[in-house]
Amino acid sequence: MKKQDVKIANREAWIGLGLVVFNFVWWFAFAYGLGNKQPDDYTYILGLPAWFFYSCVLGFIVMAILVTIVVKKFFVAISFDEEKDAE
Amino acid sequence: MNWESLVPLIVILIVIFGVGVWAGGYLKASTNFAQDYFLGGRSLGGFVLAMTMTATYGSASSFIGGPGTAYNEGLGWVLLAMSQVATGYFVLMILGKKFAVITRKYKALTMVDFLKERYQSKWVVIFSAVSIIVFLFSAMAAQWIGGARLIESLMGINYTSALFIFAVAVLIYVTVGGFRAVALTDAIQGSIMFGGTLILLIAVIIAGGGVPAIIADLSAENPNLITPYGSEGQLTPAYVSSFWILVGVGVVALPQIAVRAMSYKNSQSMHRAIIIGTIVVGFIMLNMHLIGVFARPILPGIEVGDKVMPLIALEVMPNWLAGMVLAAPMAAIMSTVDSLLLLVSSTIVKDVYLNYVKPDASQQIIKRISIGITALLGVIIFLMALNPPDLIIWLNLFAFGGLEAAFIWPIVLGLYWEKGNKYGALASMIAGVGLYILSDTFFPQPFGIHSVVMPVVISFFVYVVVSLLTQKQVAKLNV
Repeated sequence: MKKQDVKIANREAWIGLGLVVFNFVWWFAFAYGLGNKQPDDYTYILGLPAWFFYSCVLGFIVMAILVTIVVKKFFVAISFDEEKDAE
Repeated sequence: MNWESLVPLIVILIVIFGVGVWAGGYLKASTNFAQDYFLGGRSLGGFVLAMTMTATYGSASSFIGGPGTAYNEGLGWVLLAMSQVATGYFVLMILGKKFAVITRKYKALTMVDFLKERYQSKWVVIFSAVSIIVFLFSAMAAQWIGGARLIESLMGINYTSALFIFAVAVLIYVTVGGFRAVALTDAIQGSIMFGGTLILLIAVIIAGGGVPAIIADLSAENPNLITPYGSEGQLTPAYVSSFWILVGVGVVALPQIAVRAMSYKNSQSMHRAIIIGTIVVGFIMLNMHLIGVFARPILPGIEVGDKVMPLIALEVMPNWLAGMVLAAPMAAIMSTVDSLLLLVSSTIVKDVYLNYVKPDASQQIIKRISIGITALLGVIIFLMALNPPDLIIWLNLFAFGGLEAAFIWPIVLGLYWEKGNKYGALASMIAGVGLYILSDTFFPQPFGIHSVVMPVVISFFVYVVVSLLTQKQVAKLNV
């Protein structure tokens, strides 16, 4: 692989790792931060318990938007066929 | 028998088979049979790639077993299932461009091909092949059970006849086969699932009198159902979080997923697949599992979890619509079984037989052996599935965990760490699989986490330490 391409590939792998960590923290913090009380004390959004709404519904929407932005802004297209490049 | 829902189901299956046959015809004109057959000529576009990953991964574990478990555990299980959103972007970002370039350079067609070229070791290949055969075998049995259950509840016939119908349908499909056929049909099924789960969720919410009413009913039956902790309060944060390894990031190491990460055309299709995949996986997972939870107040007392999906669909929708929606999981199971069957027989034929038993076998012999082994595998799985456990999800997760423990570091570190060598890879695979089986048998939940987590962590250190300790041996070999 060309040096430049290796750099791009490595950076994108790190971005993937960063996104997972962010995703996990969001998911965990809302689920167990808001869900850790008596069900009688729950608040509700759109009929769903608040912990569930923020962690699973909003969390998914946030990730979908974030992934779209990251891919469009930071991902660089490279050629996969090295032999073709050599020609 | 319920003809009104069977007719749309059968029509959709015929359409899907038709596409498979059409894609199979393309193979006849091919100049590089193996690459076209196993990888669709490395030409998948973004949409098809995203859909085939979703369908392969989703399959029976999510579409049949998942909602069934959510029915029993409540919202806590939906929370757990949402860890799978990560697979939508993580797999393609981590394996990503490096895997695409290197597997092209190696001319690798299977995951074992990649490991063989990367580590240049007979034992790595043999151990990988055996792991794939053993673990994917149990995954397949789970899929067959799911498929048979679906037919059972739809047609109202007994389990054995349902399994027989399913087996015949699958074996016909397999003979058509080919990766492109599977990927294209996956794309159709993924789209049906996307729309189907949305329609079904809406129908369930209407039948249950709106979301607040359903949540109130659940809470009245058992308040635990609306907490993140499961019906008995047994889903601890540590246990649920460990599913991020099992069904989230660990999916990188599944051979049926990794092989898809070598099949795409170019960077643009990979970028599109990441975006589409994340949205589709998250959407389907959320809807599917919510359907399972919301089904509980509407249809209480379903004992076999696997029957929740088909029964609720028939309850809340007109029969013809239920048939169309249920065609999606049905077709997904078939295509998963088909690609797993292909993968296992290709492992036996290509990675073992051609590598070590008879490298100079003629095309004719290869074809005959492939078909023979595929048929034999089909019969064995049929016999295994005759007497199945109730919740297929556990069987399926066992297989996934085993493969992840074996392959995650040899693949990921093999790509990104130059010092990794065959000794490290082999030691890490043996440690991963061995510890997983031991742990799963004797300590099912060490420290309250899923039994796959510790083996994955330990095998990382084994890979690194053994690779570093053996640098000299490898250097000597290279001189």
